[in-house]
Parts: sequence; structure tokens; C-alpha cells
Amino acid sequence: MSDRRFQPETLAIHAGQIPDAATGSRALPIYQTTSYVFDSADHAASLFNLQTFGNVYSRLSNPTVAALEERVAALEGGRAALASASGMAAEAMALMTLLQQGDHVVAAGALYGGSVTMLSVNLARFGIGVSFVDATRPEAFAAAIRPNTRALFAESLGNPSLTMIDIAAVADVAHAQGLPLIVDNTVPSPYLCNPIALGADIVLHAATKYLAGHGTTLGGVMVESGKFPWDNGKFPGMTEPSPGYHGVRFYETFGDFGFCMRARMETLRVYGAALSPASAWQILQGIETLPLRMERHSRNALAVARFLQTHPRVGWVNYPGLPDHPQHALLARQMRALDGVPMASGLLAFGVRGGAEAGVKFIEGAQFMSHLVNIGDTRTLISHPATTTHRQLDEAQQRAAGVLPDMVRISVGLEHIDDILWDIDQALQRATA
Amino acid sequence: MPDDIRTLRRILKSSRTIAVVGLSAQWHRPSFFAAKYMQQHGYRIVPVNPRYAADGVPVLGERCHADLLAIGERVDIVDVFRRSEDVLPIARQAIEIGARCLWQQIGVVNAEADALARAAGLDSVMDRCVKIEHARLFGGLNWAGVNTGVISARRPV
Repeated sequence: MSDRRFQPETLAIHAGQIPDAATGSRALPIYQTTSYVFDSADHAASLFNLQTFGNVYSRLSNPTVAALEERVAALEGGRAALASASGMAAEAMALMTLLQQGDHVVAAGALYGGSVTMLSVNLARFGIGVSFVDATRPEAFAAAIRPNTRALFAESLGNPSLTMIDIAAVADVAHAQGLPLIVDNTVPSPYLCNPIALGADIVLHAATKYLAGHGTTLGGVMVESGKFPWDNGKFPGMTEPSPGYHGVRFYETFGDFGFCMRARMETLRVYGAALSPASAWQILQGIETLPLRMERHSRNALAVARFLQTHPRVGWVNYPGLPDHPQHALLARQMRALDGVPMASGLLAFGVRGGAEAGVKFIEGAQFMSHLVNIGDTRTLISHPATTTHRQLDEAQQRAAGVLPDMVRISVGLEHIDDILWDIDQALQRATA
Repeated sequence: MPDDIRTLRRILKSSRTIAVVGLSAQWHRPSFFAAKYMQQHGYRIVPVNPRYAADGVPVLGERCHADLLAIGERVDIVDVFRRSEDVLPIARQAIEIGARCLWQQIGVVNAEADALARAAGLDSVMDRCVKIEHARLFGGLNWAGVNTGVISARRPV
């Protein structure tokens, strides 16, 4: 007899939360507290020694936040998760737990700008090196690995480049060298893609985006697979007594959730980027409808991509859900399908005929599509990276980052598709009038 | 090896006394972590470790025995913190003293001992931690953001 494997639609609603022991409350209570009483001095000592499981202070753990952690772990098919105050904080928790001075990371070249900055500027200040490689070529990751490399880092679906990595192939490259593969899975969400099932070891989410889903709440989650052999000699922080936590050996003591425990007790505890319980609750409320929303985001985005492809005022369209996209076959292998059509999430990019000036006019001509730099909202969001997020770069640098002068990014929302197409069409008419 | 949630809950709920074979007296060792946790959750811990039995050193406030046969009282679970190749004689003793479950910890896997215990009518669990499973099924492990696999519309019991 084995336990039932529940589907993601069920996990999105139930995982991590059963009715409250004290009150029977069916919905998750918000435990709005900084601290938790000890039953006795011995209980306090056991908690601090990690001999018993329990809450001490909400910078380390909180029951509402824990429900979010378990739910995302379950949706990703992982062993455990750690939430933090934003997606960038989740990335920092993972990298600062994994790496130390003198280490090196091989990263995909077309990453989210914030990730590029963390790796190439902020972590560089602490003596951690990075090599950026062509994300579409697994052999490029292999070629960039050095003796001091300690992680491979990529996005399952790049933002805003929409570049995919072959997760299984890059995981094989990492594991052949005894290294973990870290995958930022923000854009597909765990409903469309589960990197751990393809071989990834650590998965990151900006929960701010599709998980929360309504443009209201910042949050991040790191998930560990529970399968990486941390005792392979490259990760003494996992196997040697922790000077930061009175001699605990995290891998020996906590086994397949040792990385999350170490990130919690050494990194989150010290750097303090904890998620608030109210925010965790908002994100969980969003996750309950994640599967429904991802279906509609994907269906609407595919309809927008097809509409733009035939529009006379549009020069080019980049959406992996289009059958002629160069990575469409990889998409079909790695992403969930709806009625036989692989879903590609809600993010796409296109070029307005007439260059940067026309791109800006398109943005300004929209009626209900919002000009801002978030993604994964119920609302359709548009931005012109060349004059906003990437404006400090010259045109050559922009092109290297995958940003073209005429490029418009759309995060396609959940409004009626006819209305979305209408707003895009009328804005295009204004932009090129 | 039936070790689904229903079976594990039945074993843990119907047991009171756990003989911990290979229990260390050092606070930072995993066996001490696990035994202390179970003791705090209402189980009687019976230490089994010849290193301490000879000197009469108590562990977790309990008298330590050299082997299972020396215990002389009812034992429900025999929890094994030993190398896999050392489990078979422990399984034989577990059967002899009438224990109801042979439990091999994470990383401890002896299929012959498992089969022997089962044939004698004992429950048998391999490659799992008694503390982690208790915390997973009766609350506690979700504190640490671990995927417990528990999906239910009932309060924790």
C-alpha cells in the first residue's frame, strides 16, 4: 500500500495546511506574532539545540509562513522549502548558504537583471566569481566549470529573454562535477514546470509573481529536492560542525532537508530577510487558484502572440508557445500541456515597427494595460525595457542583454482576450499613426 | 515494505516504549536528538548501548542496557541506530523479547532483518527516522517547511 499522489490542483489548495488544532479553523490563521513562549527551561534548551521542532522567533519560523513553505515544496515535488521577504531574498538565501569566498558560479547569460547584478556585482564584493554562458547550450555550462565552481544557476524560462535551458541536460553537466543546479522557476510557476523532476537540486521563486498572482505582495521561496549528496567533499558547510549553530552538522542531523535547515538557521537567522505572516497568507490565497490562472494566462498569451504575428505594425514576436519558436520542442518536453498544447506562461516580447520611439508611443497609447515593471499580475502589464529597466545601458549593451530598441514586454493578464487584443490593437494604431 | 501514512500512524500511536539500540549520550548526535524528541512526546525511552551499560551511566535519565535481552520489560519499538550489516542479530533479539516493531533508522537498510521481523509478525520499517516520521504525521515537521505529504480535513490528532 502506498500513499496517494495528489495532483497539483489539490496540493495548491491543501498542502501545508490542515484545520487548526486549537480552533478547528478551516482557513489558515495568520499567526501575527514575533515570538513564542517556552514551556520550560528544558524546552527552551531543546528548541535552541534543534532537538525538538518548534517556533522560537518569527525571523526563523512562523506557522503561517511554514504553510506557504510546505505548499510550494509540495507543488515543486521537493523535500522542503524556505520562504523569504522577496524573490531576490530567496536567491540570496540560496547563494549565501551555498557559497563562500573564493567560490565560483556558472550562470545562464540571459538572466533577470537583478540576478545578474547579485552575481556580478554584489557577490563579487565577497570574493565570489561568476561566468555567464549561453543558456541554450549545456556544453557551454560544462566548459565554464572550474575547480572552485560550486553551483550552476539558470532560469527555467528567462525574463525577459524567454530563453529556456534544457534542465535535464544541464543537471547532468552539474552532477557529473558534483555540483548542484539551481533553477529560478518564477515565470512558469510550479504548475507549468517542475525542475526537480528534471534533475534540478534547488528551485527558486519570486512568489511575488504568479504564485501570489495579484500584484499585491512581495515574497520568495527556495525549495530543495532532498536528493543532492552534500557529503561529496565540496560542501564542508553541510557536513562539518557549524560554528554559527553550536556545532550542529546539518547534513548528518537533518538529512534530505539539511540544506533548508542550514539556510534557515545560519543564513535567514543572521541576514534577517524573513517573510511576514500576513504576506505569506496573501501568497497562499493566490496559490489556491494558481492552476486556473496559469491555464488562462497561457491561453491568453498564445492568442496575443498569434494576433501580433499577423499584425502589420509588428516587426517580430518572441513567445515559446508559438510552434515556430526555436525552443518550442524543448517547451513541449518541459512544460505542462493543456488539451495537447504546451503552456508557455503569460510573458512575451515583441517589436513595434518604428523602433524605440514607436515602442514608447505604444506604451503611452494603452488604455487599461498598465505601464510598470512587475509580471504575473491578473492585470495585463506592459513595459519598454530600453527606456526603463535597461536605460542606463547603451544600445550595444542593451542588445547583449537581449533588449532591442523596439522591444515591448507584455505580461498577459486575465482580462477577456477580446479586450486585451482590442487594447493592443488601438495602442499599435496610435504608436504608428 | 508497507510504510504508508496509515501504517506509520498506527505503529506510532499504538506504541509506548522505544528501545533505542546504539543510543549515544552525546547531545549533538542524531540518536540523542531523536530519542530526546520521542521522550518529550510521551514515549518511554530504553537505551541499549554496551558502552554505557557496563558503567551504569544513565542516558536521558534512563538505565542503559547491554542488549535487548537484558531489558526485562515490554518493548513496543526497537529503533536501530547501527550499521546495516549489524541489524540481523538485533532483529532476532527483537523477536525473542516480543517487540512489536523493528525500526531501522535513515541509512540503515537490512532486508534480511526486515523479512525476518515480518515473518515473525512484527511491523518493520527501514530507512526512516522515528523522530522525523512522528513530527511529519503528528505535527512539528511542518514547522521547518518540510513537505509532509499530509492532506486532510481533520484537526491533527
